[in-house]
Amino acid sequence: MIRFDNVSKVYARGHRPALDQVSVEVERGEFVFLVGASGSGKSTFLRLVHREERPTSGGVFVAGRDLSRISSWKVPQLRRQIGVVFQDFRLLGNKNVFDNVAIAMQVIGKPRHQVMSAVPETIEMVGLAGKEKRMPNELSGGEQQRVAIARAFVNRPAIILADEPTGNLDPTTSVGIMRLLERINRTGTTVAMATHDDEIVDQMRKRVIELVDGQVVRDQARGVYGARAEA
Amino acid sequence: MRLRFVLSQIGNGLRRNIAMAVSVVLVTFISLTFVGAAVMLQMQVDKAKDDWYDRVEVNVFLCPGGEPTQACPAGEVTEEQIAEIQSILESEALSDYVQNVYLESKSEAWASFQERFGDQEWAQRITEDQMQYSFRVKLVDPEQYQLIYDELSGRPGVQQVIDQRSILEPLFLVLNRATLISVGLAVLMTVTAVLLITTTIRLSAMSRRRETEIMRLVGASNFFIQLPFMLEGALAALTGAVLAVGGLWLGVHYIVEDWLAESVRFMPFVNTADVFTIAPVLVAIGIGLAVISSLVTLSRYTKV
Repeated sequence: MIRFDNVSKVYARGHRPALDQVSVEVERGEFVFLVGASGSGKSTFLRLVHREERPTSGGVFVAGRDLSRISSWKVPQLRRQIGVVFQDFRLLGNKNVFDNVAIAMQVIGKPRHQVMSAVPETIEMVGLAGKEKRMPNELSGGEQQRVAIARAFVNRPAIILADEPTGNLDPTTSVGIMRLLERINRTGTTVAMATHDDEIVDQMRKRVIELVDGQVVRDQARGVYGARAEA
Repeated sequence: MRLRFVLSQIGNGLRRNIAMAVSVVLVTFISLTFVGAAVMLQMQVDKAKDDWYDRVEVNVFLCPGGEPTQACPAGEVTEEQIAEIQSILESEALSDYVQNVYLESKSEAWASFQERFGDQEWAQRITEDQMQYSFRVKLVDPEQYQLIYDELSGRPGVQQVIDQRSILEPLFLVLNRATLISVGLAVLMTVTAVLLITTTIRLSAMSRRRETEIMRLVGASNFFIQLPFMLEGALAALTGAVLAVGGLWLGVHYIVEDWLAESVRFMPFVNTADVFTIAPVLVAIGIGLAVISSLVTLSRYTKV
């Protein structure tokens, strides 16, 4: 589903690359944690998949497409197959929960009847049934992240990219968010999540890819956060 | 869903930015009014020229009787001289330029003189014999006056060659200057309009940066992201253009049709029908300005 072929990314010439000769393959339906210190390249990895950045060298393949070859006007098509979730939720403060989720369908021209059925269904799935009319500032952090996940998932994308989705949440709330992501993963959606949260990684026992200074130092099925330190 | 969504985006954008939207409307209104005024003035000049140049003639005044003057040292023009001048005017060489030659006799000159000034005392003392012969020469192209002048002035029997057009020149000069001023203001105001529209759209795009960012994230196409901004600008410009057409219509209707055309009857004037002829042009210019300035701005602020 996602394949990196010797991918390097250099933001500023002469500086250390953000990603250095990374080769990774993520299968359809997999759940992958990207771990590593700040600046290790996790976010760059996700941005490359979403094609917000282009690799300096190497090939990025997502959902069977070579991202170095698709023209920029086809990028929106690619992004419709990918849902993204961020640490800071990125909700629209002037729109209620329903509209925040619906916008993902509206801007790609989904017909009204589809919006009217898919949005409440997804809101219910993330556990916010009955809160459709609430504004984001009336919700807790965990609830806001659920809205963001609903927005990312409402178009039933093949891939969900999550950049530290639990970074702003307390441990209990984080567990709820992880359950939700796991549930989405079980529907067959590939999930790639960058995180600092060792407890979560240790609990979930999913594949772990560890990045240090832009290089993959560990790629472990059913891994834990601090495997190298323990070994 | 799509159309509805775009419309609600436009509504939001205009509401949030109402002061800027109004200023775009006003500045396009004023600039397009000047553009329109310049075009109307030029139309006025053309209309008046068409009409007057159809009527103007070259007058060749022949030597009158009485004291010899510098132009007429031999006194009054003779029959032979009149015949010679007429043969020149009707010659093969000038036939391409001269449409019509008419010899006005002394008695005809006197009659028309009396008709014009007959009610004044001094005019009644003028006798027929004090009048002079003249040729009225109608040219195919009134601009070719110089040709007749070169051919006839200084010839024995010719007192003076006068181009009636020269009487009209000052008027056209004024009209042309007015057009120039109007064009200058139109250009200035149009530049202002472009800058203001650009600024408005930029502000609008920045205040909705979060929204456009999310739209990009979920895979909205560039066109779809930019469309509401462009339509906002176009809508404001369209309103300005409609106001400009309305303003021109009022101006032409009340100032030109109701007042000028009533009081100054010797020339044809532009009318409200002409306003509607240029209206589509003004609307197109307005919308074109808005769309071009938004394309330029948006390509920088809402990139995929």
